[in-house]
Amino acid sequence: MTATIAAPATADRRIPVSRGYRFELVKLLSQWRLRILILACWIVPAALVSEVSKQSTLPADTLFGRWMHATGWAGSLVVLGFAGTYVLPLLTSLVAGDVFAAEDRLGTWRHLLVAIRSPQRIFAAKALASLTVIALLVAGLAISSAAGALVVGNRPLIGLDGQTIAPADAAVKVLIAWLCAFAPTLALAGIGLLGSVTLGRSPMGLLLPAVAGLGMAGAQILPLPVAVRVALPSYGFIAWRGLFTSPAQVGPLLVAVVVSLLWAAVATGLAYWLFLRRDFTNVTADGLVRRTLTVGVLPLAVVFGLTIGVLSLSAPEARGSGIDQGKLQQSLTTTYANLYVLQTKQLHRPNVSEAQLRASAFCDNGGGLVASTGPGNGWRCTVTWHLPGVGNAVGQAVYQLDVTPDGRYVADGDGPIQVNGYFLVRTPAGDAANPLWQFDGTVDLLATKG
Amino acid sequence: MDTPMPESMDTPLAVRARGITRFFGDVVALDGVDLDVALGRIHGVVGPNGAGKTTLLGLLLGLAVADGGSLEILGAPVRRALAAADGVAGFVDGPGLYPSLTARRNLAALAALRGQDRDAAGIDEVLSEVGLTDVADDRVRGFSLGMRQRLGLAAALLTRPRLLVLDEPVNGLDPAGKNHVHRVLTGLAADGAAVVLSSHRMDDVDALCSEVTIVSRGRVSFSGPVDKLRAESGEVAYRLVTQDSGAAREVVLATTGVHLDDRPAVGQRASGDALVIRAAVEALDELVARLVAAGVAVRELAPVVSPLEAAFLALTEQPEDDR
Repeated sequence: MTATIAAPATADRRIPVSRGYRFELVKLLSQWRLRILILACWIVPAALVSEVSKQSTLPADTLFGRWMHATGWAGSLVVLGFAGTYVLPLLTSLVAGDVFAAEDRLGTWRHLLVAIRSPQRIFAAKALASLTVIALLVAGLAISSAAGALVVGNRPLIGLDGQTIAPADAAVKVLIAWLCAFAPTLALAGIGLLGSVTLGRSPMGLLLPAVAGLGMAGAQILPLPVAVRVALPSYGFIAWRGLFTSPAQVGPLLVAVVVSLLWAAVATGLAYWLFLRRDFTNVTADGLVRRTLTVGVLPLAVVFGLTIGVLSLSAPEARGSGIDQGKLQQSLTTTYANLYVLQTKQLHRPNVSEAQLRASAFCDNGGGLVASTGPGNGWRCTVTWHLPGVGNAVGQAVYQLDVTPDGRYVADGDGPIQVNGYFLVRTPAGDAANPLWQFDGTVDLLATKG
Repeated sequence: MDTPMPESMDTPLAVRARGITRFFGDVVALDGVDLDVALGRIHGVVGPNGAGKTTLLGLLLGLAVADGGSLEILGAPVRRALAAADGVAGFVDGPGLYPSLTARRNLAALAALRGQDRDAAGIDEVLSEVGLTDVADDRVRGFSLGMRQRLGLAAALLTRPRLLVLDEPVNGLDPAGKNHVHRVLTGLAADGAAVVLSSHRMDDVDALCSEVTIVSRGRVSFSGPVDKLRAESGEVAYRLVTQDSGAAREVVLATTGVHLDDRPAVGQRASGDALVIRAAVEALDELVARLVAAGVAVRELAPVVSPLEAAFLALTEQPEDDR
């Protein structure tokens, strides 16, 4: 007969998630790689905005880039546009994509499990810690780039339909834009957690958010139906631009945020599900590569497909490109009128209002040889307006439009040179190019036909 | 298969396993393993690579639950993963340490995770116990394998465990480090804790353990006191060096129960004066007496491998020369 001892009372002792969370933060922040990243995110944007704004040539191909001389808020939006495509996917890769894989690399899973004894709490601690660090990095980018506004100048921002946005309003809109961009960042973070759990120490686990982010950003520049474009989280990195029109294009923005949060929830949930089913005594199984396709990718593909279906059914416009003659004409008319008023002020001419101009535009694609829908650089528009104080006299200005599949267009003045040619005007920020010469605009892809 | 040695009623068990099975897909990692480990003892788990030692130790740590059989740890049945009782500590597959943190920070984090007060956790004491006080504030990144092993042991000691489970704890240690670890483990057992350690070095098992379980291909080949295993070694190969190898050879051939082994012994220095013989202990006594009677001076008589290792090799069906 064998004696046994009394069972200890604390077999089910629960360590609060907060302790694991603090430990995960300590581990993450002890990495030089992350420390440098955090510093870079808090310093580089301010330096970049400040430096670029001093250059004679501005990044006019980037949205708001042409206004970087005029106001510091434009710099923050340029940083946001660049970050959405390249920086945020990479940052999520380095944080969320590595937070589980690091334990595989270091061989510390068993140690952690024996200490905490709860995969649920380990997952929660890791997910929260990586979320915190990602938030810290995004906050750094936002605040640092906004700090550029203090250096360059806290002046009004010119919106995407030419309206002048007061500095305080611009600050609020820029803040909201960064917050909206956080939603797709969360989606990429969820994908990062999923990759980190499923692929273990494989480099693909680390790269997954970056690859997914760049791939989805690439999809945004392809001529895909609106439903496909909007069903991808990467649309959230674009949709914020709707805040800078009047009225704001809230619909696509809300859809983008909801889609992004849905992806974040599904990817994180899948990562959690897979993590709880991992066998930590099997030393050869540091990842679940075989399950990745079936359990990881398939549900996200279903979410993607369902979103496309819902969008296609609820918004007929979503089945096509979302870009048509009516929308472009309407957008160009508004933008031209607003910028004409701005130009009038800058040239110190008698004040005129948008209503007085009674502007209208006619656009056609490819000289009428192709259908007047969809993206392309064959759009040519003629804007007509009533010349203020000259009876019924009307003026005409011609623009060449380069319309991209995401609904953005660049209008390039094609005469008359006195109206939309290149010349300098005096502004509070110094000499600047004629605002009617080249300008950016955007159309609401989900709106009904214009 | 030997069954676990029954303990007396006065010796409480830290581990009581019966018929433990564990599968990894189609692979049977453990097949009906029985194990008894008493408090106050150091129990060695040995076996060839892939025998199932680490899997067994992982079950004791609660990293997984067995697919079949019953397991009691410190008197409490273990029915689900990560439900091992408090008082169990240790590591498998090497100590889990974070290279970007210092030794002290690693231990402080572990103490915090276990709900201990950092100041009251006794970090300095355990660092001193394993001889790492001087490098307490150095990052683990620069530690040697032996130092990591000792820090892993310190991490386990931090909880003042009643069952310490260690996978190859002396792997990578220099002789001084090994002595340090031996002292710590012996002290822990003397204080009443049970220690289960795996090793592939029988000399460590011989020096540390009072009991041993040999696992081979997922099954227990032997479980019991080390002395009993030693006695089961049967004929062991010895290296015999005398002042006259020719005369010694004649005596060997004339002694009943002693066999001359002409095969070169692995790892032995080539020497014209050395003979390799095989004999049980009783026959060896007779040989020595005969050599002395024949006036042949014996300069060296030592086992080519230790009796314990010979028994291990026999039980795990590994020829000595395959070591």
